[in-house]
Amino acid sequence: MAKELWEGNAAIAEAAVRAGVEAFFGYPITPQTEILEHLSHRLPELGRVFLQAESEVASINMVYGAACAGARVMTSSSSPGISLMQEGFSYIACSEVPAVIINVMRGGPGLGNVAPSQGDYFQAVKMAGHGDFHPIVLAPGNIQEAIDLTVLAFDLADKYRTIAMVLADGSLGQMMEPAEMPPMRPVRKPEERPAWALTGAKGRKPNIITSLYLVEEELEKVNLRLQAKLREIAANEVRWKEYSTEDAELLIVAFGTVGRVCQTVVREAREKGLKAGLLRPITVWPFPSARIAELARQVRGILVVEMNAGQMVEDVRLAVEGRCPVRFYGRMGGIIPLPDEILPKLEELHQETR
Amino acid sequence: MDTILEVPPDMELVYAYPESLTPKVTHYCPGCTHGVIHRLIAEVIDELGVRERTIGVAPVGCAVLAYEYFNMDFCEAAHGRAPAMATGIKRVSPDKVVFTYQGDGDLAAIGTSEIIHTANRGELITTIFVNNAIYGMTGGQMAPTTLPGQVTTSSPRGRDVETAGWPMKMAELIGMLPGAAYVTRQSVLDVPSIRRTRKAIKLAFQVQLAGLGFSMVEIISTCNTNWGLSPLDALEWAKQNMVPYYPLGDTKVADSVRALMER
Repeated sequence: MAKELWEGNAAIAEAAVRAGVEAFFGYPITPQTEILEHLSHRLPELGRVFLQAESEVASINMVYGAACAGARVMTSSSSPGISLMQEGFSYIACSEVPAVIINVMRGGPGLGNVAPSQGDYFQAVKMAGHGDFHPIVLAPGNIQEAIDLTVLAFDLADKYRTIAMVLADGSLGQMMEPAEMPPMRPVRKPEERPAWALTGAKGRKPNIITSLYLVEEELEKVNLRLQAKLREIAANEVRWKEYSTEDAELLIVAFGTVGRVCQTVVREAREKGLKAGLLRPITVWPFPSARIAELARQVRGILVVEMNAGQMVEDVRLAVEGRCPVRFYGRMGGIIPLPDEILPKLEELHQETR
Repeated sequence: MDTILEVPPDMELVYAYPESLTPKVTHYCPGCTHGVIHRLIAEVIDELGVRERTIGVAPVGCAVLAYEYFNMDFCEAAHGRAPAMATGIKRVSPDKVVFTYQGDGDLAAIGTSEIIHTANRGELITTIFVNNAIYGMTGGQMAPTTLPGQVTTSSPRGRDVETAGWPMKMAELIGMLPGAAYVTRQSVLDVPSIRRTRKAIKLAFQVQLAGLGFSMVEIISTCNTNWGLSPLDALEWAKQNMVPYYPLGDTKVADSVRALMER
């Protein structure tokens, strides 16, 4: 299939269609509403389910229900809406049903604004809801990746019976660039739904899906199973990209939109004679800690750049364990840091560590 | 209940345990009416022959463990979200029979938005709404349905409508929505009312099976434990106090439902 010009939100929506999503439940919120709009015509024309819910709270609980019934299902939202969905994320995680969440972050806290931000990194990877769990969190840096990771999100959600979240930001949602769509996959037939799903207790014992375990030992057992699954995901699903790291002496770690900006920073730094490299996490949970620890032995220092007050930098420091200095540069309020302001920070790190 | 005793040839089977109930002993307090309501639903599902394609959604509240007692596929919703969850299930499995079982705190307080919009969309699900005017599971706090002046652990001087507002009449509220096809308020306070409730539950499920729209049966019920009354006195208290505020009867019977009743 040839490349076409796609807007990020529409591309994510169409990728979900190609991945075989059976149902979408959502609520409008800028800067991701085009996902809902795209699916509002695509899904009905394909005989699939589209429903605009009364709130994000209802949306995620509709997703929960459809997931319990064994359908491939998704929702999408942005920061304030994701906050409202956190109740449902927790129930879905404990019930171990698959669901795909698209999270197009905007500036916060509060109502904030509708500009691109990474202010919800902690929310996505550390505390997506009450209790001990992590969703799989995939962070695209361009529209092609947003497409590919949306498809991957469905497969990972199904494979591990968990939430897979695509963590984008407003600029990825709103910008346009050429990208290639995957071929259309066939939609799973109702009779192909998983054995654990609620499909009617015909010729079998009833299937019960719950997140209630009143006996402490039983709930601990559930938690131990969830933790074992998270360890399996962490062992198998870490993804990242590296740029010019082979001989790098200074490393930038950045994800998503600003990760892409930092590719320019690395190029400009190299032009100035600095041996800079970039590691861009694709999965922010699980986090590429092992690779960062390895690079921390090679480089003199690490600069973490984010569109927030410094969130992922904590995970980088945990991975580095003091092996080299880790510095941070970030902008908030929906501002994307530009090469002109990042490069001096890298030069400072160079001076500091030479 | 795995073995069904063979009926001797000179005898007729007049009473049996419903297939749609598991043999588990419930956790409900002695005198609680949840057990009666569970049984009525189970009997109706057996009678309609839909147990193997029914999916139930349990609430948060006293009936949080309902899935232990119904012998069918079931899930447990977050507090108040059962209608949203049921919507998700029904939309991807339109051939299934889907029902929610909810109490008054669940449906008329925290889940008000979900029940109103589910009814308004005319979702093809059935809601069984158990109204006992109190939060039972958490130990007897004021509910959205608690009567004016009623003493609870969180309204120790009685519900003051000036500060706490008025009890919510959900059957009337839901009945006025175009998507609701059949909405009724019944009770389980004596044998005749239990029989009428059984009929109403059956009709509500038939409305769903016929694809006519949303159906809800509100059931005036008791909570003798948290009301501090004996089971019998609780039934009498409900008759004297709840029924006058919450009049029994249909609040919505769509023309299509009337036609179904006449068939």
